[in-house]
Parts: sequence; C-alpha cells; structure tokens
Amino acid sequence: MAKLILSMDGLVLKEILLSKERTTIGRKPHNDIQIDNLAVSGEHAVIVTILADSFLEDLGSTNGTFVNGKTVKKHFLQNNDVIELGKYKLKYISEALAGAAKAADFEKTMVLRPGAMRKPPEAPAAAAPAPTPAPAPGHAATMPTGMPVTAAGADKSHAATQVGVTAASVGAAPAPAHAPAATPAPAPTPTPTPTPIPVRRATLKLMSGGNAGKELELTKPLTTLGKPGVQVAVVTRRPQGFFITHVEGANKPIVNGKAIELQAHALNDHDVIELAGVKVEFFFKP
Amino acid sequence: MDLSQALEIASHTDPGMVRSHNEDSIASVPDKGLVVLADGMGGYNAGEVASGMATTVLTTELRQLLDEHEPHEVDPQSGQKAALKMLQQQIAKANTSIYQAAQSQPQYAGMGTTLVVALFYDNKVMVAHIGDSRLYRMRGGEFSQVSKDHSLLQEQIDAGMLTKEQAKHSSNKNLVTKALGIDPAVEAEIHEYDTRPGDIYLLCSDGLSDMVSDEDIGMTLDALGANPNLAAQQLVQMANDNGGRDNVSVILIKILQEYPAGQGLAKKIFGWFR
Repeated sequence: MAKLILSMDGLVLKEILLSKERTTIGRKPHNDIQIDNLAVSGEHAVIVTILADSFLEDLGSTNGTFVNGKTVKKHFLQNNDVIELGKYKLKYISEALAGAAKAADFEKTMVLRPGAMRKPPEAPAAAAPAPTPAPAPGHAATMPTGMPVTAAGADKSHAATQVGVTAASVGAAPAPAHAPAATPAPAPTPTPTPTPIPVRRATLKLMSGGNAGKELELTKPLTTLGKPGVQVAVVTRRPQGFFITHVEGANKPIVNGKAIELQAHALNDHDVIELAGVKVEFFFKP
Repeated sequence: MDLSQALEIASHTDPGMVRSHNEDSIASVPDKGLVVLADGMGGYNAGEVASGMATTVLTTELRQLLDEHEPHEVDPQSGQKAALKMLQQQIAKANTSIYQAAQSQPQYAGMGTTLVVALFYDNKVMVAHIGDSRLYRMRGGEFSQVSKDHSLLQEQIDAGMLTKEQAKHSSNKNLVTKALGIDPAVEAEIHEYDTRPGDIYLLCSDGLSDMVSDEDIGMTLDALGANPNLAAQQLVQMANDNGGRDNVSVILIKILQEYPAGQGLAKKIFGWFR
C-alpha cells in the first residue's frame, strides 16, 4: 500500500498509509490528515486512491498545493513526489516500492468486475464505508488464484460498497461458498526489473555512389536499407548488438563478400554490407 | 470464397522472458479470412485452457458457418450482416463453454480470457473484442489503434483522470473490465471497417502493447511491411528485448488485393472458362 511521510523542516512527523479511497488533508479536525497550521485551508486537498494509483486534488485551497515545487490542481502521484502545503511536506511512496518485492502473480491480468466499480472521484466522502485494504503484496503466495467466481446476481448494494477495490480483483476475498477452496497460487517467481542495457552506438557509412562518405547513425530500433520492391534489408538494434536481416527481394544482402542466410546476421565492427548496388560500412562509435 | 490469395497472414507467439508458460492462444483460417487471438487468465494452467477453448470454439464453429453462409449477406429481417450474427452467437457459445468448465471443474474456477477476432470479407473487416487484446491498423504510413480496451486504465483515460502519457506509468495496467468466460453472458464490442489493399492489421496481446511503444510497433510495420512474417518475429523480439514480462502474441494480416464478395454464379462460371 502506498504511504505518505509527513515532515516539517526535515523532521519526520508521521507516516500515513493510503488505505482509504479518499484521504482528505486540511486544517479542520475531521480531515484524515489534519495539519493545524493557518497556512493550510480547512479542506485543503484530497488524495483519491484507486488500487495502486493515487491522485492528488487541490480543493480550492487559499495558498495552493504544490508538488515538486509546482502548483497543481490535479496530479497523478508518482513515487517520491513531494507535496507541499505551507511549511509542511508530504512525500509519496508508491505501493510497488513500499512493499519490497512485487509478486509476479500480482501483475497478471485480472478482471475488475464492473458491478463492483464505483465512480471513483465524484463520489462523496460520506458515502465511503470502511475501506477494504488491499492485501500487502507480499501475501501473494497465499492468495487464491485469479478471480473468485462471485454468485450471479450478487447483492448489488453490497457489491457497490466495495470501494473500487473489488476484493475479487485483488484476490483478497474468501473463495465463495459454491466454489471449492481456492488452490494456492504457485510460488511467485521474482520479476526481474528490465534494466535497459546500454547499447553501443553504431554508424553506417556509404562507400560508393554519389553520397560516398555520408554517415547514418543507427539510433532507431530498426533502420531499413535498400529500395522497396527491389531489395530491402533491415538493421535492428538489440541489447545484444546490431543485426542485419533480409526483408524482401530476390537477392540477400552481402556481408564481407558473402550473402547472408535468412536468419538475422550479427554485425561486427567494420563489416561491409552490399545491397541494391550500394556498399556501406558498419562500425561502432567510440 | 477463398481469401488466401488476398490476405497474407503471419503470426508468432512466445511465453516471454518471465512467464514459464504461454497463456495466449492464436489461430487463423486463411481461406475464410478469419483470425483469433486470446489472452487467458486464471491460476495454474487454467488461463491456457480458457484461451485455447476460445480460439478452438471460434475457429471450428465459424469455419463451418462460413462454409454454409456468406458473411456479407444481409438478413432481411434484422437488416444485419450474417457476419455480425455469426460472431455474436459463436462468442456467446465460447463464453458459455468456458464459463461452464470453470463452474464444473475446481481447477478451472475463475478462469477467463480476453479476445480479439477479425473476420475479413467483401473488402471489409469485422472486429469483435473483449478485454485488452488489441487491433491496430497500418494504412499509408499511418499507424493507429482500432479497438479500445475494456480496462480500468481506458476508463480512467475516458473519464479524463489520466492522459495516455500518464497511463504508461500507472500501476493498474493489468485490470480488465470485461472478459470471456467470467460471467454467464458477455457482450463483445463489434465494429466493421473498410479495408484497402496495402493495409496491415495487427492483433496483439497486452504482452506486446505494454512492452513496446505504439511508435516502435508502427515503425516496425512500416519498415518490415513487405515481409509480415519477419515483422511478426521482430515485434515479439522487441517485446522480449524490453523485458518480456508477459506472454507475447501477434497476428499480422496484410491486404494484398481487393476481395469483393463474389457475384455468385456468374463468377463461378467465368472461373470455369479461365
């Protein structure tokens, strides 16, 4: 679950979990986060949380709400955003990072049942019942798999009080009576975060024709060479390096005097490519 | 009518870099101009079962119906094309099959699948979809998303809460608001579009659209449009190079030439003399 860290002058005052669909911030005591300071309006701002996403909205405060130094009316909160109200700061820590490893199971596509959806931001706060807290991500191993099957024609009014967080969608609900005990999910495989591998810079240099000597840097994931309808090849930029592949035409491109096969061909520094009557040299940039 | 001369179909599916098994399912019937893609969900192998049932039911049933009826024919009573009725009925049938299996077999409880089906006939395509599997179109260098996801994110975008740009950073990417086999009945969103020779249609699961930007997908189709097979491989490879966090499936359909609905008998006789 996402949380806010309230601080003033670098001093941490409090941590607040965003467990409710609406978390209000203001000077008056009925607010979820009360900040008793004259620079803060009675009802200053609200944070609407929909599953794992939180949105900050200024409620027409006198002195405004700032996020990362900029005044905002409505803002989609990102991890480490700093909300400022007067001298107070609220740092937003998103769910994925607040709860250590995010289980792989959590990312699987799930159905959000429309019957349980409530219009999120427009709904008055008073109508919001005690929220169903989303399960901590770490619980994935004991979660029932997928979505439990709710009985057809389930009590609508009950469904409507599920606060956007349909228990079904996060798997927190107990298995319904008619469904057999849910099987535990397979042990979640840790999701490796895709780290962008720095790709070396490379260039193609024309060796023949009127434009000889001209260079083309391979900045795009794909660069096509040749004449459409006659002979075309593509150079792809991948984490492993650069590859040339035949696309169309009767003849395959020639690399260092030898025609390539149908599969992608890895390019090495100073390879000479011939296609459609043009010669180009491939080389890595220092 | 045999459409395999008018359409070039290429497809590729891959479990991705993280998942151990592939819950996506794809199928095509080239001579009937039919392609189906489903992205299953549910514990253990239930997702595969759901998506497999969806593609099997739809291809076998529709293949048979298309042998008996012309999809472009308009029913005089309802004023609707036969294609629409076929798709509606067979999607309902697939939904029932999956739903009943999920109800009766404990290990399949709660399984479901997204679906995108495209049926080509008479220089047109009819597209039915449920969930967040998508159809894109490349026409004259312009790449655009044709289907609109049934997902929480799309609803938030429609409500003005998020821009498309912000949606890329949302943590709620994996929530669909509609799926096949979850409820006793489901209604697919069905539309019909005109096609033009040179168009390329792309059906894909969210394993592609979440991992590769629309811009890069468009660039790939633009660059490799001459070779749909290679383009399909390239798209899957790009998703995997970017992390491949989900199963990736793509089906590409390139319109090679016009395919107007046959003038029935006259055409058959001409065909004879040729």
